[in-house]
Amino acid sequence: MVTTTFPETEHSPEQVHGDNYINHSKGIMSWLVTLDHKRIAILYLISILSTFFLGGVFALLVRTELITAGPTMMDANTYNKMFTLHGIIMTFMVIIPGIPAVFGNFALPLMLGAKDVAFPRLNLMSWYFYIAGAVFAVTAIVMGGVDTGWTFYTPYSTTTSTAVIPVTLGAFILGFSSIFTGLNFIVTIHMLRPPGMTWFKMPLFLWALYGTALIQVLATPVVGITILLLIIERALGVGIFDPSLGGDPVLYQHFFWFYSHPAVYIMILPAMGVVSELIPPFSRKHIFGYKFIAFSSLAIAILGFLVWGHHMFTSGQSTLAGFIFSLLTFSVSIPSAIKVFNWLATMYKGSISLQTPMCYALMFIFIFGIGGLTGLFLATLATDVHLHDTYFVVAHFHYVMVGTMIAFVGAIHYWWPKMFGVMYSDLMGQIAAFLLFIGFNLTFFPQFVMGSHGMPRRYYNYMDVFWIYHFLSSLGSYLMAIAFFMIAGYLVHSLFRGKKAPDNPWGAATLDWQTSTPPIHENFKETPTASDPYDYSDWEYDAEIEGFVKKKAATGSPA
Amino acid sequence: MINDLLNDVLIQAQSGGTFWMPPQASSMAGGVDVVFYYIYWLSVFFFVGIVFCMTLFVALYRRREGHKEQQTASHSTVLEVTWSVIPFILVIIMFYMGFKAYVDMRMPPANSYRISVVGQKWNWNFQYPNGWIDGDLHVPIETPVELVITSDDVTHSVFIPAFRLKMDAVPGRYNNVWFQATQEGEYPLFCAEYCGTDHSNMVSTVYVHEKGDFEVWLEEASNFVDRMPPVEAGERLYKIRGCAQCHSIDGSANDGPTFKDIWGKMEPMREGPDVLVDENYIRESVLEPNAKIRKGFDAIMPTYQGKLKDKEITAIIEFIKSLKDE
Repeated sequence: MVTTTFPETEHSPEQVHGDNYINHSKGIMSWLVTLDHKRIAILYLISILSTFFLGGVFALLVRTELITAGPTMMDANTYNKMFTLHGIIMTFMVIIPGIPAVFGNFALPLMLGAKDVAFPRLNLMSWYFYIAGAVFAVTAIVMGGVDTGWTFYTPYSTTTSTAVIPVTLGAFILGFSSIFTGLNFIVTIHMLRPPGMTWFKMPLFLWALYGTALIQVLATPVVGITILLLIIERALGVGIFDPSLGGDPVLYQHFFWFYSHPAVYIMILPAMGVVSELIPPFSRKHIFGYKFIAFSSLAIAILGFLVWGHHMFTSGQSTLAGFIFSLLTFSVSIPSAIKVFNWLATMYKGSISLQTPMCYALMFIFIFGIGGLTGLFLATLATDVHLHDTYFVVAHFHYVMVGTMIAFVGAIHYWWPKMFGVMYSDLMGQIAAFLLFIGFNLTFFPQFVMGSHGMPRRYYNYMDVFWIYHFLSSLGSYLMAIAFFMIAGYLVHSLFRGKKAPDNPWGAATLDWQTSTPPIHENFKETPTASDPYDYSDWEYDAEIEGFVKKKAATGSPA
Repeated sequence: MINDLLNDVLIQAQSGGTFWMPPQASSMAGGVDVVFYYIYWLSVFFFVGIVFCMTLFVALYRRREGHKEQQTASHSTVLEVTWSVIPFILVIIMFYMGFKAYVDMRMPPANSYRISVVGQKWNWNFQYPNGWIDGDLHVPIETPVELVITSDDVTHSVFIPAFRLKMDAVPGRYNNVWFQATQEGEYPLFCAEYCGTDHSNMVSTVYVHEKGDFEVWLEEASNFVDRMPPVEAGERLYKIRGCAQCHSIDGSANDGPTFKDIWGKMEPMREGPDVLVDENYIRESVLEPNAKIRKGFDAIMPTYQGKLKDKEITAIIEFIKSLKDE
């Protein structure tokens, strides 16, 4: 049944040679109504990079305002809108959809040797919902913006005069996009695996996407309902969260974090999946501890549902609730640690290439290492009381969330040759990665120090003792901006001038690298048979094509 | 720049703080810092270990002419279990230490001195047992003090870094927290929960008084309106009761109209005819701030009904009178 959902194609057989999904059909409409998962991935890539640019501009405005205490270039109300918009755009429009919508869409069917996802029309619809939600929210920004912080805490959000309803409706619509993608991935992974690919022969990226999809489908409806309740209270005056109407503001925090904490794992799990795909081929080693990594993805997805209360240790929730949520929160740290140790063990005695994607994988380990370890301070009750709502928290979640962006950029560099059939300059890639690394740490490390000294977050004005940290942080943000522009520059350049990419430039053994580059419209000429996705013994480097080819003797050997 | 940074670290150290933490000024602070440094040194150990291995592997096994990867075991249950169980034990210790210190924070001793705290946009009201309301928190040293915290409008949060104390001020409920100050001095108190325009100016000072001095201060503060000339009393109220957050006295723009040279003027309103700024208008604006709103401003001022006494309002009126240009 599921295989018949693949759309009818109109090409003639003789087109197949030299034919690929990009030149398969022409015209803007062929893109806007495409059902091809690869083209939808490209549509998502373009839209997400656009929103990322917008979110980045707001971030730079925030950092520039904070170069001096007091007014620098805008008033307090404008500043409050800037950090709110930065937060809303980066979480709901960039990082949550990010890796699944772009690289999940592109690579998941390829890794399965399938022709497409299970529901291609739903897939296209999810993109349209994304665009609708983004347009809704961006229109609201133009109409005056919103100043609640991305968390929309009540009763502030039900009493402020800014455009809360349009913006939250935007987030509501974006939620559907996320649910559709998740649903599609779950069904695709269940139904469309090729012959030979049992659950434990799946690439780990698919395990990560599977865990992510479970959260997307189960948690996103909760935030949808919460947003509706918020809108009902604001528009109709029904008392749900506002105590002056008989509601409870802490109830809102529970509802919000019941989604938004699992959403953190929607953001980080796919990033971990990407890193699990990057480390083995660039080390020429089989992934270490496959099952532990696979199960740790599921463990994180499930445990992530049970820890939301750690956002409310200072809200007045009971000591017993604090006890339970703190204990459960620590349980998430173990699977995360397991992944890091396994990645390191994979590199042991390998042949490690520092090509650009690997630089990002190593950078992720470094940055996520700090992000994860600083989470321990916040899971611990006594220290969280001091650090909650300070820049320490801001630094912590940027070390985790921007860690996801690091993996996203790593994924761009990894799949770029497959997506567009061209190679970028590896040297430029390494330089930009280095700049980004320095810029990132300069931006966010000082925030730990000022946070633990008591600098609260979302402050327009601050005491002079915090100036040096803010100054360094702003400096770092400019360095990051330069690095991102550099990356955009050489990637765009490669589209026009880049060398033609071989089918398998990195020597990866997953199925996405066993088709032509760029892939043909129907992905594979015949359904491939899966073997161990991390066994590199069949692949050898061919200097002539600057890529890896399957050994002659090995072709056709049973999996 | 490095000099600035070092200088800054030096200032922190001189004021009793460290590179990571502000000075310790409550009986709880030391305990919290012990937990903090336990986690800190464990984190440093693991992070250095991870980065060391990563760097070492890259250096030893980097791809180069003549180097060939060596396939090693692709899993080892012993290793996996070891590096799951050891971190597990370490975090359980972490959890226990944190929980123990947290329970102490949440259980005020029965004989605590109770101060009621009300947050409002954008100032703090600290009410002492004798009824005096102050904009700053004054406490006696070495005495358990319990704060009973709530809010009049949106959620705020009391944050005193030197005491390692934070508790949200949630409208419609009371949250209790306690501390015992151990160091005489002045410490900043921040609002830590985002509350709008002047969130970052919702900052008060905690004054820790020596034994005996606190009672003297409270006696003096409670009566200054009776003892001081009304203009001076009004100026003091203006500074400590939250007027200064939104109303300037030098004519500069802020969230509310400036007090400078406003007395006796006809001012345009958002709705209705112009209004003369006299005693009655000021009194009404204090008690029912949203009854008549000046053109160009928003209805954001909270009411002071029940928070300012009549003689205090009179003093503020006298202070505004004194700001009229001669």
